[in-house]
Parts: sequence; C-alpha cells; structure tokens
Amino acid sequence: MIEGLAAIYIFMLAGFTGYEIISKVPVILHTPLMSGSNFVHGIVLVGAMVALGIAETPTEQVIGFIAVLLGAGNAVGGYVVTERMLEMFKPSENKNNGEGS
Amino acid sequence: METLIQAAYLIAAALFILGLKQMSSPVTARRGILWAGAGMVLATLATFMAPQILDSDQVSTNIILILIAIALGGGYAWYSGKKVAMTDMPQMIAMYNGMGGGAAAAIAAVELLKASNEAAHDVTGTATVADMLGADVAILGILGAIIGTISFSGSIIAWAKLDGRLNRSKLLPMQHMINALLAVVTVGFAAAIYFTNSIDTIIVFYVLALVLGVFITVPVGGADMPVIISLFNALTGLAVGFEGYVLGNAAMIIAGIVVGSAGSLLTQLMAKAMNRSVANVFFAGVGTDAAAASGDGTEGVMKEIQAQDAGILMAFASQVVIIPGYGMAVAQAQHKIWELTQILTEKGVSVKFAIHPVAGRMPGHMNVLLAEAGVPYDMIYDMEDINADFKNTTVALVIGANDVVNPSAKTDSSSPLFGMPILDAIDSDNVIVIKRGRGTGFSGVENPLFFADNTKMLFGDGQKAASELIQAAKEL
Repeated sequence: MIEGLAAIYIFMLAGFTGYEIISKVPVILHTPLMSGSNFVHGIVLVGAMVALGIAETPTEQVIGFIAVLLGAGNAVGGYVVTERMLEMFKPSENKNNGEGS
Repeated sequence: METLIQAAYLIAAALFILGLKQMSSPVTARRGILWAGAGMVLATLATFMAPQILDSDQVSTNIILILIAIALGGGYAWYSGKKVAMTDMPQMIAMYNGMGGGAAAAIAAVELLKASNEAAHDVTGTATVADMLGADVAILGILGAIIGTISFSGSIIAWAKLDGRLNRSKLLPMQHMINALLAVVTVGFAAAIYFTNSIDTIIVFYVLALVLGVFITVPVGGADMPVIISLFNALTGLAVGFEGYVLGNAAMIIAGIVVGSAGSLLTQLMAKAMNRSVANVFFAGVGTDAAAASGDGTEGVMKEIQAQDAGILMAFASQVVIIPGYGMAVAQAQHKIWELTQILTEKGVSVKFAIHPVAGRMPGHMNVLLAEAGVPYDMIYDMEDINADFKNTTVALVIGANDVVNPSAKTDSSSPLFGMPILDAIDSDNVIVIKRGRGTGFSGVENPLFFADNTKMLFGDGQKAASELIQAAKEL
C-alpha cells in the first residue's frame, strides 16, 4: 500500500514528469501525443479489473463489469488510434529532411 | 507474488513514461507507442495474479466476467479504431477518453458502495463512508468519482458534437447560471457521501455529475472543441490517478498523474494558440450568442473563379501557399493536394503549406493528414514562420479553412474571434478559397476575407476542386 508522504512524493514527481515530457513538443505531434496520453490512462483497466475482482454483490459485479468494459475500450481504442496515427510518421519520409518544422 | 506484481507495475509505469517521451519526437514516436503498449499488456497480465482477486469468494465468476468485459470492450474499441477514417480521429479520441473517465468513476462507485454498505452494517450504527475508507482514501475516491463522471459524460457530448450527431449549443436559458448552481449542488452531494452511509446519496451524486458533464460541454463552441477534449483527457488522467490511490496501485497513480499534468499543459498550449483562456472556453460559447447578432460588417459580393483559371493562375505563380483546414479533411483531399503540389513544383513554383495551430479539430490534425499523403515536413510551416511570407506570395490557396484566416480576428473587436492569431492569407496577391458553399465556418462567424478584392471563390467539394486544378495545371 502507498500511504501518506510516499503518496505525496509519487503525485509530485509524476506531475513534474508529465510537465517535462510535454514542454518541448513540436505542434506536429500534439494530436498523436494527446492520443498517446489518452492510451496511457487506459491503465485504469487494471483498477477496473481489481474492482470487479473484489465485487461480492450483484450490483458491485454489474458496476465492476462496466468499469472493465470501459477501461478495456479506453486502452485498446487508445492504442489502435495512436498506432494508426504514428504509422504516418514513417522514418523513410523524413530521411532527407531531418527534423520536422 | 505481491512483490512480482508490484515489480510488473513499476516496469509498466516506466514504459509509459519512456513511451510518452519517445512520442514527443517524430523520429522515435512509433517506437513510443509500442513501448507503452507493452507496459499495458504487462500490467494487465500481472493483475490477473492479484491476491485481492484470487482471494475473493467469487473468484471464478469474477474472472470470467473480467475476461468477457475485456473481450467486449476491447473488441469493440479495436474494431471501431481500425475502421474509423483518419479525419474522424478526434471524436474517437474523445470517446475512448470518455470511456476511461467512466471506468474511473465506476471503480469509485464500487468502492463507495462497498464502504457505505459496511458502514450501514457497522455495530455503532453511526459509521460513515469516511470511517470505513479513511479520510484520505474517501476524499480522493470521491474527487476521482466526480472528475471521472464529468469527463465521461462531457466526452460523450464532445464526441456527438464532432461526429455531427448533436448540433445544439444551448439546452436551457441561462445555461451558465444553471451550470454554476448544478456544480455547487453536485459538490454538496459529494461532501454528503463522505459524512453519511446512504446509498441514495451516492446515486443522486452520480446522476448530478453526469448531467453536469453534459451541461458544461453542450455550450462549448465548435472551434473550442480541441481544448475541451484535451482538458477532459487531463481530467481522466487525474481521476485515474486518484482511484489508483484508493486501490493502492502505483502504476495507476503514476500513469494517471503524468497524463493529468501533461494534459493540463497541452490544454494550456492549445488555448494559448487560440488566444483564449481555458475559463473563457467554458463560459463563452463562440458562435452562439455574439456571432448570431453580428450579421453586419461583411458587405460586398463573393467573386467566383473557375478551376481552369485558378489552375493557370497558380501554375504561373512564383509562390503558392496552401492553407488546409477541416474541409480538406472531410473531403479527403490531401492526396490530391499533394499531387497538385508536385505538379506545381515541377513547373518551378515554390509551394509551401501553412498550418494554423488549431487548424482542423485538433492541433497537429492537418500535419497528420499531410504526412499521410506524403507531404515532406520541410514544406510545412507553422503560423509564426509563414505569416511574414504572405506578402511575397502570388496565390494563397485556402482549402476548407475558414476561421483561421478570418481577418476580423484582427480588425473587428466585436467579433467573437477577436484576438485569435490568424494566418495572414489576405496579404498575398491573390487568395483562392475552395469551399463547398457560401455558409460560415464552424464558429458561425462571417469571414470578410471571402469578400475581399483579391479573393476569388472556387465553389465545390475539396477533392473534386483539387482534381480540376490538377487537370488545369497539367494542361499547361
């Protein structure tokens, strides 16, 4: 379990990390990056699996089922869309132009 | 086993961060998503081993339910994500994001219902949700619930609006007042959950939060949609991080908060590109009230041009700057435009692409489409880099863009677009606008550029018009 001060450290460091990742990004990658971060919060799927896994009553099972359903949609859909988008940045196309504008 | 699972989560979190980092450069971007994907698979597999799940009384039923839910949700998302046209990506991102928010809210619901149930059966008789969960878990759990639910219903509305299924920008009179009131009541019920053990309170709270998400998003103007989607993306991240704390899951906390902060920064960058504050996006619906009133100020007639003449004009130009917008995406004209560009280049014309930061429905949307068609990066210019160059441009070809070249953003302080930086297409010798009809842009604001002396309108579908231009330019 993560508690108290340790949790605050994690929150703080993760916050800085996110800020740092995005601060120097060319406009061309804004949409793919939004899509990519959309995929990353698909990790909610593992939480949803636990929520359904510990469900005891039918109500909890129904809500947990919805949670896993939605979480899986987030993770899989986010991946597919991001992957398709980034497929367009094939290395062959920018070989002779170096970096983007 | 517990240690092994935690190690898997740690590796997954590291893969997410490294993956996102690689996605921030065009050269490594493709590897980035593969790394993040590997992290997701690892975390998901590890979770099947989680002791909380395996120790449950209903372990077999629950595991089967988990597998069915993953197959259904994942299968649907896989299918829809593969099938969707490149142009419709923004609304798909909105929908998948909404699903993530909904999942976070549902996790909170399970936890809150469990706690209120336990509290109700507690021997003291006065136990509350907070007593059962502890103050920190209860507060973050409820916060995650409210944020996740708003992100869920708000994203669905954003999806419906972008997908053209919902065109209303107003549900009720005095919408903003009602929204403020509703927000206060929702927060009130959120607080009430903490201090009681009533299941009804939890249900009312969720209903209110769902409605709030809808009410907040409906008035948002079309031009502001990218900002809203980005904001909901950040909010979902935050909700996931909070629910991660509730479940004691480090991978969820790290991934959620990283996305929350990265998404917040991205939202600010986008809002700044439009010269609007995030608050402004919520409280002023562009093209709803103000724009409807300002029918004046745009006098004169639109001058039409035939594709034949436009093609000749461009073939003999010294420099052509192409300004794509959402219309190009809808018409799927990017391939034709690239073909036209190659023909013009062969004839010695200098061709450049000018991309407004919010062209299309998302920043970078146009870049993605042009990259798909094969346009090299070095022909594509950002707004700051190209604006001074319009004076040396013979023809500015506007295809499916409207608000981003609207000069009233600079000149007319009563315009709802006033203050938004624009592409100065109007400075070039000739402006050719490919447009389907005479209507206004997505924001609903009239565009004086279309009535300017140096502007000619080429009416028609983007793809068809581009083909005709290719034909005309080829014949020379």
